[in-house]
Amino acid sequence: MSILIDENTRAIVQGITGSQGSFHTKLMLEYGTRIVAGVTPGKGGEVVHGVPVYNSVKEALREHDANASIIFVPAPFALDAALEAIENLELVVIITEGIPVHDSMKIKAFAERHDCRVVGPNTAGIISPGKSKLGIMPAQVFSQGRVGVVSRSGTLAYEIALAITEAGFGESTLVGIGGDPVVGTSFVEVLEMFENDRETSAVVLIGEIGGDAEERAAEFIEGMSKPVVGYVAGLTAPPGKRMGHAGAIISRGRGTAEGKIRALERSGARVARLPQEIPELLREVLH
Amino acid sequence: MNLYEYQGKKIFARYGIPVPRGEVASSPEEARRIAAELGGEVVLKAQVLAGGRGKAGGVKFASSPEEAESVAKELLSMKLKGFKVEKVLVEQKLNIRREIYAGITIDRAEGKPVFMVSGEGGVDIETIAERSPEKIFTRHVDPFVGFYPYMARELASELGIERESFKRISEVLLKLYRLFSEKDAQLAEINPLVIADEGVFAADAKVVIDEDALFRQDFGVKSKGLPYVELDGSIGCVVNGAGLAMATMDTLKHLGGEPANFLDIGGGAGREVMREALLRVASHPRVKVVFINILGGITRCDEIARGILAAREGINLPLVVRFRGTREEEGIALLREAGIEVERDMLKAAKLAIEKSREATE
Repeated sequence: MSILIDENTRAIVQGITGSQGSFHTKLMLEYGTRIVAGVTPGKGGEVVHGVPVYNSVKEALREHDANASIIFVPAPFALDAALEAIENLELVVIITEGIPVHDSMKIKAFAERHDCRVVGPNTAGIISPGKSKLGIMPAQVFSQGRVGVVSRSGTLAYEIALAITEAGFGESTLVGIGGDPVVGTSFVEVLEMFENDRETSAVVLIGEIGGDAEERAAEFIEGMSKPVVGYVAGLTAPPGKRMGHAGAIISRGRGTAEGKIRALERSGARVARLPQEIPELLREVLH
Repeated sequence: MNLYEYQGKKIFARYGIPVPRGEVASSPEEARRIAAELGGEVVLKAQVLAGGRGKAGGVKFASSPEEAESVAKELLSMKLKGFKVEKVLVEQKLNIRREIYAGITIDRAEGKPVFMVSGEGGVDIETIAERSPEKIFTRHVDPFVGFYPYMARELASELGIERESFKRISEVLLKLYRLFSEKDAQLAEINPLVIADEGVFAADAKVVIDEDALFRQDFGVKSKGLPYVELDGSIGCVVNGAGLAMATMDTLKHLGGEPANFLDIGGGAGREVMREALLRVASHPRVKVVFINILGGITRCDEIARGILAAREGINLPLVVRFRGTREEEGIALLREAGIEVERDMLKAAKLAIEKSREATE
């Protein structure tokens, strides 16, 4: 199985003619991802790495059968691209960095209305090693295995995937939920998918300071049957800028690395102090 | 991006939210002139981007232009919570009858704006939120539906205010939401929103603008710089990705080293960004060694190598470089040609950086 994407995923690349879109289309194709079409308004009729380009998602869907989209469209136009994808597809991965949070809130609300799964924005994407990659991660740090990985950060997730791979475990799926304050899919939702995935035996959760996504994840982990290993970045980070009283009222004192580590440990998860310690903890929980 | 109170109040005024009469002063003489224009009795407020200003002595009263001048002089020589006071807001003094709290921020988990009000505003609002959460009334707003007058009325009716102020307060709430939404704010807060003999006023203003939205807002800044935070150690860090940058600092600290900074060059940084980042970190007098930790996905190690080579002439410090990921071999080859060794393992590289920082301080 794996979660969210596999060999049956057929994807559209929005923003395929841009430099990032084109570069990563090539890498995704090389990995074996089924990219069936690209979309860039005004560039319909072009071909990028053998992939036909259309002016809209609807137009692409008239010619191709697709169920997912990956978005590389620049931030000022990403809201439009995301809404278009949400209306037409089941899974939308938004790689774009720097989308205004007021736009992200609209994306999230629209996705709920259309029962569409949005991952991101500001994510490295998703990879189910050996099956499919909808993202920008370096393929060489992954290998097929039974560890599910979910992370807010991109490069830190690669670092940890590398350690997991080198220790001989491998990953079932890695999901980057994205580093922005408002994202389409939460830790809890991904944990739930891993809990129900027959090909996942243990989960690695990679968090960082800010917000309370890790504390919410900890509440869910308590009820999980599969073991969870965690890592939280930001122990040495100076406390962030305070966001008025409203921020303090809404976060109820949550958000520090210490607090998140404590919450995860209390939930039964094992928490590593160094990213490279994760394989060791995996070895312990999988025995 | 945090706005100063006086900047926030200018925006409030533009949106029709009543603010006390007043002006911002950069010198004691200016404060005196403004106080004279306001009729003598004034409040002077130090303009700093920090909470708890009142308790720290940053808000003072004066009953004549002369007194305003001397109070301004005192405030302008102060350092409040680490910030030097460069401007003082001089405002009419109000005869306050009641203080209310009104704020809008983003509930990250819900992914929606959340409007909060309380009939007990003022400096102790956080204590109230903690001890008597039932005194804070919240309402989430659907970003597609927006905020309507009836929602403002519902919130206002929770405040227990008399009829004459009810309509005015409701209008302020409505306008505050409009501002929050149109200005791409992450926070729009009035604490306190006062009912005074003179009317209803926003006595304070706290507005935070989303830096990712600066491309469509007019604040004179168009984009944010590289995220850089200074710490007090000697190992400069240049890393791609905020999570890995924090993990790098944590790892150094865990192994007994002292990171000098947090710096995230972002995703897909090219040689120019790398060059600038490296020069910036290396220019700090406390930095004895620079640790460059790159795990390339969208970032290419060969581009980073070119950035390092371009910056190298301006740097007289040992460098520890770790490359892994996209174009790792090309990057390693480029640096090796120039006599720079490259590690592939993060932990090994971190240990090496700590070693070099110790050698340099001995």
